[in-house]
Amino acid sequence: MSSNEPPAIQFENVHYAIDGNTILQNINGSFPSGKITALVGPSGAGKTTLLKLCNGLLSPTSGAVYIGNQLIEQIAPLTLRRQVGIVLQSSPMLKGTVFDNLALPLRLQGKEMTTDEAHALLEKTGLQRSFLNFNVLDLSGGQRQKVSIARTLANHSSILLLDEITSALDRTSVHEIEELVQDLKQTSATSIIWITHNLDQAVRVSDYLWVMMDGQVVETGDPSILESPTNERVLKFVKGEQL
Amino acid sequence: MSYLTLSLTLIFVLIPLILSKTLGLGLQKDTLIATVRSIVQLLTVGFVLKFVFDSESFLFIILMVGLMIAAATQNARKKGTGIRGVTWKLVLTFVSIELLTQSILLGFHIVPATAQYIISLSGMVVGNSMVLSILFLNRFSAEVEANREIGELILSLGGTPKQAIHRQLITSIKASMIPTIESQKTIGLVQLPGMMSGQIIAGADPVQAVQFQLLVLFLLLSTAALTSVLLGFLTYPSLFNERMQQVSWKQ
Repeated sequence: MSSNEPPAIQFENVHYAIDGNTILQNINGSFPSGKITALVGPSGAGKTTLLKLCNGLLSPTSGAVYIGNQLIEQIAPLTLRRQVGIVLQSSPMLKGTVFDNLALPLRLQGKEMTTDEAHALLEKTGLQRSFLNFNVLDLSGGQRQKVSIARTLANHSSILLLDEITSALDRTSVHEIEELVQDLKQTSATSIIWITHNLDQAVRVSDYLWVMMDGQVVETGDPSILESPTNERVLKFVKGEQL
Repeated sequence: MSYLTLSLTLIFVLIPLILSKTLGLGLQKDTLIATVRSIVQLLTVGFVLKFVFDSESFLFIILMVGLMIAAATQNARKKGTGIRGVTWKLVLTFVSIELLTQSILLGFHIVPATAQYIISLSGMVVGNSMVLSILFLNRFSAEVEANREIGELILSLGGTPKQAIHRQLITSIKASMIPTIESQKTIGLVQLPGMMSGQIIAGADPVQAVQFQLLVLFLLLSTAALTSVLLGFLTYPSLFNERMQQVSWKQ
C-alpha cells in the first residue's frame, strides 16, 4: 500500500442522533485502505450505526464521511452500496433457496448469476456445492451467516463491512471465515471493517483497531493496544469488568 | 312507504334496546345514537338527492361527488398518519378512479348521464375505494414493519427503493383485493346484494335488477384493483428519503 493512498473511510466530526437520542458523537478518524480494521466495544456503543453510515443506509446528522477522497453524499446511493458491501448481523434471508439469495445482488442489477459463479461463492465461504438448492429455512444459524457473507461478496465490493459475522459459528467455521477474510484482503486488496465482540479474534485478524464506547471512539491504533490500554474504561472492558 | 309505516320499523330498534337493558350489555346509548344519526343522515341525503335530481344541474352532481371524495379522504387518511402527503395521494386515487369508471360508464353509454345514475354509482365506487384504501394502508404499513430487515438488506446490496419494497407492496395489494374477489364468488348463494334486493322490493324486474347488480360487481372489482395499485405506487416512495434510506411512517 502506498503511503499516499487515501484511507478507505474517513470521518470528520460525525454526529448521529435519532428521535432526540444521540447514538454517535464527535467521531473522527479513519479506516486504512487495504487493511482489516476491527471495531470493538460493548453493546450499544454505536458500532453498527457507524457501519450503516459507511454503506449509506444512514446519513450523519452532522459531520462528514469520506469514501476514499470523496464525500459520501457525492456518491450515488446505488454505486456506494455496491462499492461498500455490508454483511448485516441478523443475516436476513429472502424466502427461497440459497441460490436465490446468492443471485440477489446481480438480480438487483438486472443480471443473472451462473451456477458456476454461485458454486465459487459457496466454496469461498466453506459451504458445499450441494447447499445451492437448499431452502434457506433449512439452514443452521452458522450456515445462514456464511450464505450472507457469500451473498455480499457477489458485488465484489472494494470495502467490506462485517457486523458480528462469526457470532453464531462453531470454532472450525470461525477459523474458515477468518482465513477467508484474510485471503480477501491479500488477493483483492479489499478494505475490511469488522465488528466483533471477540477481543482475541480482533487481535488475531486485524491490522488496526478502534474501540468505541457510548457513541464515541475512545482508542485507536495497533491491535496490541488491547494488551495495555491507557484508557481506564477500555481496561475495564478488556478485563470484562462492568463499565 | 309512508312515514307511519316507517315509524313501525323502529320495533327493530326496540328489540336490541330491550336485550341490551335486560342482559346489562350497556349498549342502549350507542344504539340510540346510531339510530338517530342514521335517520338524520339518510333523510338529509334523501332530500339533498331529491333536490339535485330535480335540478338536473351538472354543477350539483360535481359538488355531490366532490363531497363524497372529501368525506372518504377524511376517513381514510386517519389510517395513513405519518405518510407524507397522504391526503393528496388519497384524493388523487379517488378522483382518478372516479374519472376512469365514469368515463367508461358514460362513454360507452352503459348508463345514462343523469344525476340518478352518476351519483349512485359514484357513491359505490368512492365508498368501496375508501374501504379498500383503509385495508391497503393497514396491511402495507404492517408488511413494511414486519419486513424491515429484508428492505434494509436489499438496499444494502444496491437495490432501489422499489426493489426493496416490491414484495411487501404486492402482498398488500393482493391482501386488500382478496375480500372483494371472495365475496363475489359467493354472491347470490350466501347473500343477495343490497342494491339488487332494494330494486326487487321497489318492484323492478329481477332480471333487470341482476343486470345492474352485475354492473356494480364488475365496477367494484375494478375499483378494488385500481385503488390498491394506485395508492400503493403513490405511497411507497414516502418510505424512503432522497438518499434511498428507509424512513418510518410512525415518525
